[in-house]
Amino acid sequence: MTEHTVRAFDQDIRALRALIADMGGRAEAAVNGAMDALVTQDHERALAIVGGDQKIDALEAEVEKLVVRIIALRAPMADDLREVIAALKIAGTLERIGDYAKSVAKRVPKLSGGQRFEALALFPAMTTVVVEMVHDVLDAFIARDADKAVDVWKRDKTVDDFHNSIFRALLTFMMENPQSIGSAAHLLFIAKNLERVGDHATNIAEMVYYAATGTNLGERERGNGTATA
Amino acid sequence: MTAAKITARDVSVYYGEKQALESVSIDIATEHVTAFIGPSGCGKSTFLRCFNRMNDTIIGARCTGRIELDGEDIYGAEMDVVQLRARVGMVFQKPNPFPKSIYENVAYGPRIHGLAMDKTELDRIVELALTRAGLWDEVKDRLSESGTSLSGGQQQRLCIARAIAVDPEVILMDEPCSALDPIATAKIEDLINQLRGRYAIVIVTHNMQQAARVSQRTAFFHLGKLIEFGETSELFTNPRAEKTKDYITGRYG
Repeated sequence: MTEHTVRAFDQDIRALRALIADMGGRAEAAVNGAMDALVTQDHERALAIVGGDQKIDALEAEVEKLVVRIIALRAPMADDLREVIAALKIAGTLERIGDYAKSVAKRVPKLSGGQRFEALALFPAMTTVVVEMVHDVLDAFIARDADKAVDVWKRDKTVDDFHNSIFRALLTFMMENPQSIGSAAHLLFIAKNLERVGDHATNIAEMVYYAATGTNLGERERGNGTATA
Repeated sequence: MTAAKITARDVSVYYGEKQALESVSIDIATEHVTAFIGPSGCGKSTFLRCFNRMNDTIIGARCTGRIELDGEDIYGAEMDVVQLRARVGMVFQKPNPFPKSIYENVAYGPRIHGLAMDKTELDRIVELALTRAGLWDEVKDRLSESGTSLSGGQQQRLCIARAIAVDPEVILMDEPCSALDPIATAKIEDLINQLRGRYAIVIVTHNMQQAARVSQRTAFFHLGKLIEFGETSELFTNPRAEKTKDYITGRYG
């Protein structure tokens, strides 16, 4: 991409992308780490993830500040303007993803009852899918790559399928083992949190698409197969 | 789509051997303010000056193609250039009031064009023009003072009042704010907005933010060619042409 005549503008844009990449890296690590902590019942790790969310929140504030400064000082136009606005929205969305990771991590100690849930085997696989979505959609943002954004956008279906499978498996399990309802309810929330991370990655894909092309990806056809309790 | 006030088709302008404008076609409507943007030497001012044949005065300049004002060929044999310039007024980069009173600056046009029957009517025309130009309240008690005694921003509004006084259909503005401070600029921009719809306004500006603020249609010129013409909001958020994008985002180089 051609550089701006005012090179300080390019520096601002690079700084903004670096902040988003940093936030994204931390949000991915938080979701992955929360799941590891859950599966291995590592309470210390879970606590670290809860604490680490503050840094993600602080980065969001930094993105906001930088975006306001860029708009005030550089008056960005066209694709620059769309990118800056997208960065602001993406930062807010990544902050939410961080919150979901924190929410998962907080539930780790509640699941130390020693019960074995078959459905638990699906969680790491679902986590891998959503974390990859977040990772790839941010790559798409930094490269202004609309095709890659569409690719991520399409993957949301897989996440919904995972969520539905887990939902059904846990429901069956609860009916058969009423004493497990407490733990299983926590797992339901965790599955829902992961599903929301996928939704947010999909939303970011729409923002990236708009930033890159100037047109909307279109109202996503919401699968009506998403389980609701 | 509304009928165009000015229709330009395949307009090319040459200064001697050098071609300054290449086959430009555009429609200018009264309900929109139209902005011409582009880097220096892109042909935007040259094109603007075709609309009231200001290029006629430049030796060696010639214009081909067709420009119609309400369907009438402005380069046609029966077109009276003096009449044309009354119908298509112009405001320049530097305020250029006549070295006469404020009143005379505005009254001059209507008088030579015979628009007023008597002094009372002329007074009314002067007041109306100054009011529309947003200057009346500031000058009503000093109409006999020299136009050049006003501030730069006031002088520019006086020039707009002078253009309005002959009841034109089109007002051409060539960088009307480049010699003004931000507050005087804001007043002119507000005035342009007030005048929109009454006159077809075409403004040439180097200030892209200004084009974005005052116009509803923007045309981007580059090296004598019209690269892109469309809705201002669309052109500044999602330009179709790569050249437009590079220019408005400051990557032109």
